Amino acid sequence: MTDTTQPTPEQAVSRSKLGVVAQLRSLPMVPVFILVFILIVPALAADWIAPHNPITGRIPDRLQPPVFFGGTWEYPLGTDRLGRDILSRIMHGAKVSLSVSIVGIIFGGVLGTILGLIAGYFRGWADAIIMRLVDITMALPSILLALVLAVSVGPSFQTVIAVVVFVLWALYARQVRGEVLSIRERDFVARARVSGASHLRIIFRHILPNAANTIVVLATLQVGSVILLEAGLSFLGVGIPKPTPAWGLMVADGRQLIVSAWWIAFFPGLAITLTVLALNLLGDWMRDRLDPKMKGL
Amino acid sequence: MQRYLLRRVFQSLLAMLAISVIAFALSQLSGSPVDSMLPQDAGPEEAERLTKLWGLDRPVHEQYFIFLGNALQGNLGQSIKWQGQSAMGLVLERLPATLQLGGFAIIVSTLIAVPVGVIAAVYKNTPFDAFGKIIALLGQAMPNFWLGIVLIWIFAVHLKWLPTSGRGGLSHMILPAIAMGWFQVAALMRLTRSAMLEVLDSEYVKLARIKGVPEWRVVWVHALRNAAIVPLTYFGLIAGSIFTGSVVIETVFAWPGTGLLAIDAIRGRDFPVVQAVVLTFAGVFILVNLLVDTLYAYLDPRIRYK
Amino acid sequence: MHQVAPVIEVQNLETRIDTKMGPIKAVDGVSFSVRPGETLGIVGESGSGKSVTALSLLRLVPKPAAKIVGGAIILDGEDILTVSETRMRDIRGGKISMILQDPQTSLNPVFTIGSQVVEAIATHLKAAQRELLNRAVEALRHVRVADPKRRVEDYPHQMSGGMKQRVVGAIALGSNPKVLIADEPTTALDVTIQAQYLQLLKDIQAETGLAIIFITHDFGVVARMCDHVAVMYAGRVVEQGPVQEIFSNPAHPYTKALLSSVPSVEEDVERLYSIRGQPPAFWDMPKGCRFAPRCDQAMSKCEADYPPTYESPAGTQHCASCWALEDTEWTPSRS
Repeated sequence: MTDTTQPTPEQAVSRSKLGVVAQLRSLPMVPVFILVFILIVPALAADWIAPHNPITGRIPDRLQPPVFFGGTWEYPLGTDRLGRDILSRIMHGAKVSLSVSIVGIIFGGVLGTILGLIAGYFRGWADAIIMRLVDITMALPSILLALVLAVSVGPSFQTVIAVVVFVLWALYARQVRGEVLSIRERDFVARARVSGASHLRIIFRHILPNAANTIVVLATLQVGSVILLEAGLSFLGVGIPKPTPAWGLMVADGRQLIVSAWWIAFFPGLAITLTVLALNLLGDWMRDRLDPKMKGL
Repeated sequence: MQRYLLRRVFQSLLAMLAISVIAFALSQLSGSPVDSMLPQDAGPEEAERLTKLWGLDRPVHEQYFIFLGNALQGNLGQSIKWQGQSAMGLVLERLPATLQLGGFAIIVSTLIAVPVGVIAAVYKNTPFDAFGKIIALLGQAMPNFWLGIVLIWIFAVHLKWLPTSGRGGLSHMILPAIAMGWFQVAALMRLTRSAMLEVLDSEYVKLARIKGVPEWRVVWVHALRNAAIVPLTYFGLIAGSIFTGSVVIETVFAWPGTGLLAIDAIRGRDFPVVQAVVLTFAGVFILVNLLVDTLYAYLDPRIRYK
Repeated sequence: MHQVAPVIEVQNLETRIDTKMGPIKAVDGVSFSVRPGETLGIVGESGSGKSVTALSLLRLVPKPAAKIVGGAIILDGEDILTVSETRMRDIRGGKISMILQDPQTSLNPVFTIGSQVVEAIATHLKAAQRELLNRAVEALRHVRVADPKRRVEDYPHQMSGGMKQRVVGAIALGSNPKVLIADEPTTALDVTIQAQYLQLLKDIQAETGLAIIFITHDFGVVARMCDHVAVMYAGRVVEQGPVQEIFSNPAHPYTKALLSSVPSVEEDVERLYSIRGQPPAFWDMPKGCRFAPRCDQAMSKCEADYPPTYESPAGTQHCASCWALEDTEWTPSRS
């Protein structure tokens, strides 16, 4: 292969920057619309656009069915047993899903990326220790950790983040390490090393930019599963504590009333499903664009 | 082969040890067990007696070895919520129910996922393939607890075909197994499909056809035996997540297994029981992975003879 | 020799492949025949359609993109393009078989050598497992695998490339087919192993009267192995005839060019096929002679119409399709 067909890493990075507009134009539109309308807009603007207060309901209006099922436009998706508007609670619930996934992925991603860089770049004992830790982390089911944390320190936003970080860092460390192992063998790294660049400079100037695609793709692919994880923890009562409107918590609320008031559990779960579906489709699209070799994930 | 397995057994023991450290460390986080275990009216002498008895006055590392020694004998202390029962005893009593449901879910999801994945690969880009893809996308997007509730709503409440909850005959297992297994079906199906696509394109599949081997044998014997190696490496993970999924599913379907026990224990702040569940689950998880690796070596002679 | 009827006769074979650029005819009216005990070499560059021709003979062109759309393949008195898929399975391996290019990937890594040879035999013969195993050991002995009784227990990764290719041979020949297609069976092997393998095929042929269709791009191998040669270019046979005739008296400019670029041991391999230009793309085929754009002697006629086939005056069934033969002693072919 000659230089004309194989872009150098520097070129590859700048080309993907140049192509952003063209890339965005080919975004799959349906998932993007779902995400914008179910997750992003409600999460950012719930305080202004939600028709009712998500925490305090009107008891006289309790257990109203959704519109078209005997209800009114006052409560389009019905109300729960405290008379709270399901639609408003779903809108506010988006805040929890979005913030948990963003904060969790940032912390877990940064931690995992750093450890993966160290393991892949320096090899040796650091690599051995980090990779054993990865194995152990992957051998410990995440929900169990959440259970233990919930008993020992009590459920909170922070424990949910801790569980998410615990699950994610190992994935990142393993993937980034693999990537670094192949990047560090390439010519431009050797050139940088010969010219006397420091380890830090090599890692941040040469290796990290080339591993960036992998990191971004992994993050996109993980958002959906983080939302599912948070919802599951909240459903079990070991995640976000009441009365914060979190989607998983709302499904748990409606579980006992599924026979008489199906909408309480149904709509929040539908919101989770549509959001995760859209995120997964988007993640697949990103992977095919940026990092086709991750197909197996 | 022996050396490979021996190494894997050693690694498994190491992982188990690490998990015991985590479980122990978390028990330190939860404050002194003496406070939570003593009856309200007990005096300070009683507290001191227990502290001595459990070695809580010794350095942390010594405490860990005491904990480990006890844990190895299956002794994780008495349950707080269920007075007079040992924590491990409670877990072991409930374990068969969890293994039954989890095992059923794994078998059913494998029996669905592998054939669908194979057929989707053989008939790629046909309506069947698209149907498989939709099943997979849905499976990976629906939260299992919500799926369980919706299944109860449709099949138990409305159609009255199946029981809503509890443990009983086969009919009691169908809905929980679907809710538990759909996500795994999705993952397993995608893996099987992509592995099959690769293998079906190989030269040895071509040679099998040249030999005159019937097409069903080419697909289900020659190709699948090779393609199975890839999904199998994920099978440990899949089995593991089925068992942890049991915590959620047992809650939804009131299935009297260890998962439900764990949730009850958490609500009662029954730390010894939670610890026993964690260690048991981790043990099952590691054991399953060990079994998978053994099977893996059996399926792939290149590993067997290393 | 001429009295013996051909065991396989291919008439006007056409195979179409649907590509992104539209449908193409990868095999476009190919005809040839092979008698028992003879070897036909099919020679051409990669992309000339020789491998698709080989797969067409087994009706194993990649589905659903490729399809045999015309012609006939008379194998042992039966047109295999008209038989059912069930019958075709009996024919594959039973009457016609094939050796693939790369021994490293043609054996199934998860089954023993023995079981793979046994399967080839069992597909065409109902017999007890013990009998099948004995036959498999025999088949391995036949292709000179040393100590076959022990080796049946081995897995492919425990064997060398040359040994694997012998096993592939045993599999292909396990049910005593009448025709063997060998698709560049030695390109992946070391030179010394190559020579051994070719000799092995010749010896087996001498014993069994096997007809071999040898697909290669290497005229050196052709000289060593073949009785007849068919030269393929862009999906068509441009020249065929007895191997001595082709070597001593090539008629088609493409054959001449190929022959002049046969590397001798001293010569640099880089100079192989020093014909200017590229073979035409299948979706952009010249209207006339397909070699015309690269031909030094091309005339205006060459670009307008595809040349008819002419037969050599020597009466050796040496034919070629080239306008340059129009006003010579060569006579238009009857078929």
